[in-house]
Amino acid sequence: MTQEAEARISTLPTNDKPSPEDESGLIRRILDGERELFHVLIKPFERGVFLSAYSILQDEADAEEVAQEAVMKAFRHLGSFRGEAKFSTWLTQIVINEARMRLRAKKSGRFESIDAAHDDESGDYTPALLADWREIPSEALERKELREILRSALEGLPRIYREVMMLRDVREIKIAETAQILGVTEGVVKVRLLRARLMMQKKLAPQLKARSQKPIWSIFKQRKAGSPWF
Amino acid sequence: MVLNCEHVWREISSYIEDDLDPGLRARIEEHLAHCRHCAAVLDSTRNILYLIADERTFELPAGFSKRLHARLEQEMGSAD
Repeated sequence: MTQEAEARISTLPTNDKPSPEDESGLIRRILDGERELFHVLIKPFERGVFLSAYSILQDEADAEEVAQEAVMKAFRHLGSFRGEAKFSTWLTQIVINEARMRLRAKKSGRFESIDAAHDDESGDYTPALLADWREIPSEALERKELREILRSALEGLPRIYREVMMLRDVREIKIAETAQILGVTEGVVKVRLLRARLMMQKKLAPQLKARSQKPIWSIFKQRKAGSPWF
Repeated sequence: MVLNCEHVWREISSYIEDDLDPGLRARIEEHLAHCRHCAAVLDSTRNILYLIADERTFELPAGFSKRLHARLEQEMGSAD
């Protein structure tokens, strides 16, 4: 990477998403020849691109490769981006398509996994019933054990639920945009979200409740400042 | 109509999203005020969502960004 590109990238923190005006200005400049600015354009979306690929492939190395491929594709085809959707929507659609293609290639010749059995969106809506809930503050995430429990619960969901949960609940993308990315209706997104959230609650709540009674987690009394979307 | 627990579970996700009409929301809240099991379902679900949204839960692999931009630089070079 050139020093100029590195200097440009270093001025933009990962989560500092440009405003729509800045973004379309950046895209125009890239298409007009300032191609190095693509580094800046892509920077805020790196984590999202990786996580979207990971939610489908569940393998870090594959997800990284697919994420890179999707970014290269976005760079090569930026001229075909019409600006009807947000750049992040377009980019996430590319990565999801790439990841699904990779998954199909890996699965070709093998029987469809248990994912397919859950594609009908029917069935159980029963959560884990508890007498009460003692909040686990975000500071408890300093513990690797908790992060692993959460990750493994999400990874254990059938693919259609992982995809929607990664977009809406991890990346915090709005429902309408999530629907656009996945090529389904908002109604389908809402049904999948409900099932995904209840499955996570059912799987995690009893485990977390049992662990939260251990002294090591109860030392985390304070909630992190700032509120999430919900 | 009085809501039972099963009705509440089916609406819990929309309740969290604040995507319910005010009448249904009020009935759910009335149920939650009297049903500790459903209140615990709501609190635990919300707590889990709060934890999985935290950036520490799903992190990028070390060096991901550097490798991505290096490949992009290569791509830009080969497009000349």
